[in-house]
Amino acid sequence: MDKIVFRKPPLLTDAPMHYCPGCTHGIVHRLIAEALDELGEFENVIGVAPVGCAVFAYNYFKCDMFQAAHGRAPAVATGIKRARPDSTVFVYQGDGDLASIGMAEIVHAAARGENMTVVFINNGIYGMTGGQMAPTTLEGQKTTTSQSGRSAKEHGNPIKVCEMLSALTGPAYIARVSVHDVKAVKTARAALVRGFAMQKAERGFSLIEILSTCPTNFGMTPQQALCWVRDHGTAAYPLGVYKDIGLPGEGRE
Amino acid sequence: MKRLFKGNEAVAEAAIAAGCRCFFGYPITPQNEIPEYMSWRMSEVGGHFVQAESEVSAINMVYGAAGAGARAMTSSSSPGISLKQEGISYIAGAEVPCVIVNMMRAGPGLGGIQPAQSDYFQATKGGGHGDYRMLVYAPSSVQEAADLTYKAFFRADYYRNPVMILGDGMLGQMVEPAEIPPAADVSALPQKKWAACGNNGGVQRVINSIFMAPDTLEEHNAALTRKYEEMARSDVMSESYMTDDAEVVLVAYGIVARICKAAVDILRAEGVKAGLFRPITLFPFPYREIATLADGAAERFISVELSCGQMIEDVKLALYESGKRPQCGIYARTGGNVMRPEDVAEHVRSGRINKSWIK
Amino acid sequence: MKSIIVSGFGGQGVLSLGLMLSYAAMKEGLNTSFLPSYGPEMRGGTANCSVVISDSEVASPVISRPDILIAFNRPSLARFLPDVADGGAVFIDACMRDGDNGAYKMIAVPADELCAGNRKGKNIVMLGAVLPYTGLPLWRAEEAVREVFKDKPEYIDANIACLYAGNEFAGRGYGS
Repeated sequence: MDKIVFRKPPLLTDAPMHYCPGCTHGIVHRLIAEALDELGEFENVIGVAPVGCAVFAYNYFKCDMFQAAHGRAPAVATGIKRARPDSTVFVYQGDGDLASIGMAEIVHAAARGENMTVVFINNGIYGMTGGQMAPTTLEGQKTTTSQSGRSAKEHGNPIKVCEMLSALTGPAYIARVSVHDVKAVKTARAALVRGFAMQKAERGFSLIEILSTCPTNFGMTPQQALCWVRDHGTAAYPLGVYKDIGLPGEGRE
Repeated sequence: MKRLFKGNEAVAEAAIAAGCRCFFGYPITPQNEIPEYMSWRMSEVGGHFVQAESEVSAINMVYGAAGAGARAMTSSSSPGISLKQEGISYIAGAEVPCVIVNMMRAGPGLGGIQPAQSDYFQATKGGGHGDYRMLVYAPSSVQEAADLTYKAFFRADYYRNPVMILGDGMLGQMVEPAEIPPAADVSALPQKKWAACGNNGGVQRVINSIFMAPDTLEEHNAALTRKYEEMARSDVMSESYMTDDAEVVLVAYGIVARICKAAVDILRAEGVKAGLFRPITLFPFPYREIATLADGAAERFISVELSCGQMIEDVKLALYESGKRPQCGIYARTGGNVMRPEDVAEHVRSGRINKSWIK
Repeated sequence: MKSIIVSGFGGQGVLSLGLMLSYAAMKEGLNTSFLPSYGPEMRGGTANCSVVISDSEVASPVISRPDILIAFNRPSLARFLPDVADGGAVFIDACMRDGDNGAYKMIAVPADELCAGNRKGKNIVMLGAVLPYTGLPLWRAEEAVREVFKDKPEYIDANIACLYAGNEFAGRGYGS
């Protein structure tokens, strides 16, 4: 008898994704859908898409979706969660969206402990607008607005979001993962499951930072981009769990 | 039963009565009584109050809550309303109903905290980027502030459009007896099938203002315009006081209309045929009603404003529709100053038609 | 129609006196508006409010020519005295009496003495004293005092004593 060993998660649509070849948005979309599927969350999910390449994320998720203004997704999600406390809300943001223009929104949503799950795509560059410097661009990394490489003196230092937010009392779960190889992808999936589990258990704010690639604007092949994240991304942004207050029944309450 | 209400508190309580259960705000004078009132009242009625980290966040929280189907409101005063403009544009573009209160203070910039009407253009002509309009109500008493706030939630839902309550510091701070409309049965309101509230039964709802294809966006703009045109047909509200035989018509809204009413009384007692025309909706503006007065006995129109010549532009547009060409001038105070009834009466007596508000 | 301006330093009970007048007027079935000054004036500087009481709809809440001025300090008197309507009444705290009454009926209320040690009740002494000029009955003012202090019942009796003391002072022809 045939056995299904692999299927499309029910939360994803059949629409072909518009992302560039080798872009890791597709992997992360799938991981979100799988994580929600694993927790049996499908019926009552509301997503918030950012400004950036993922602006059309609502084409790929079947759940109700909002498209937020640049950086404002955590505020929009705060409103959604107040109006619909029973829904499972995920926020999808890039590094420019979250750590630059939307820094106030993410810090305060985290500080309030809003019961939502934020998926933070950190690829160190502005993708949609054509490869400009992001708040998370590495020192020395070349972008179209730091053409001889980011220098701390001239452009400021990269911002470490997990380290910063985990200093707050509000968050329940903060982790940094990557999707540069199969092992990392599996860890990322587990982190997303735990983030959503926190929300389901009403433990509060969860954020999963995912080190990602932008082969087009890195000027690399998809393979090179993944290796770059493995070698340089994880060196600047150490992977791991930065905060975890535990789930009910784990004896950490 | 009537109770003494501060204007700001009447607005807040009327919103609760209309079924508003989500309020998001940020402190700024002279509207602080609204978030203060909501902070305790929302928990009494099982609603939600969030003191946002900024006005920018507050309006985006409104976008989220209202987009998920709740009746939601934010309030601020002029500089804070400027910060909200991005969110208001998205809300208008995504056709999300909500209510925004602006208790105006004098500008530009940080300006002052005393009453003004200098956000008229911002409120009535769009405010943020892109082609959109809000329904704009301009109450002139505490009772009317309550009534119009209540009504605003229903018109917002009807049009799926933001509605603005445009008051000023004086209206927000003054106290008058008022009766709040009876509480609406929120559970009996029509379901918002378009709302992205989860539990979608397989049909995805998207709250969105992005339309990348020019033809699609043009059609979206046309649909929005049809809505604004319907407002112009159905929602115009105004009040006339002693205008039937008036040769001089003062045009004023909000608190200034009250001052002008007193000026009309002073002038009438002297035998001067003066009247008051008060737009209650500023968008849609009562163009036809003013043109009708111009077709009648009115020979002089004076736009009385707490701004440097904003509403007068709409008054002139209205007069353009008239067969006659009456004179049109302005009398204004700004910076937080408010004219006295005697000042307005004296201006009318002088017979001047001022093209500029500067004396 | 009566138009009343109450003015003094912040903390002298200027705004609550105005609110009590509006409350009593509303309970009496009259139209009324209460317009406070707001902003930095609340702290340290002068606070003032404008109260209109009318049997018809209140047109302007902005008062240019008050029928009654109640001034709790000299700066307030200096600021608003020139605006007082012809034949208007000016109430001042007796401790600040000038002697020069000008064209107005100047009524000095010995609030320090009448408050019987309840110095925070001096504004209510003034409320009692001003009542005959407003047309509002004493029992409505008493209702207003009870309303204002409904959350602090321990203060009600002392303040009603102030109200009566002020009103009795009026009944004695304001000491003249």
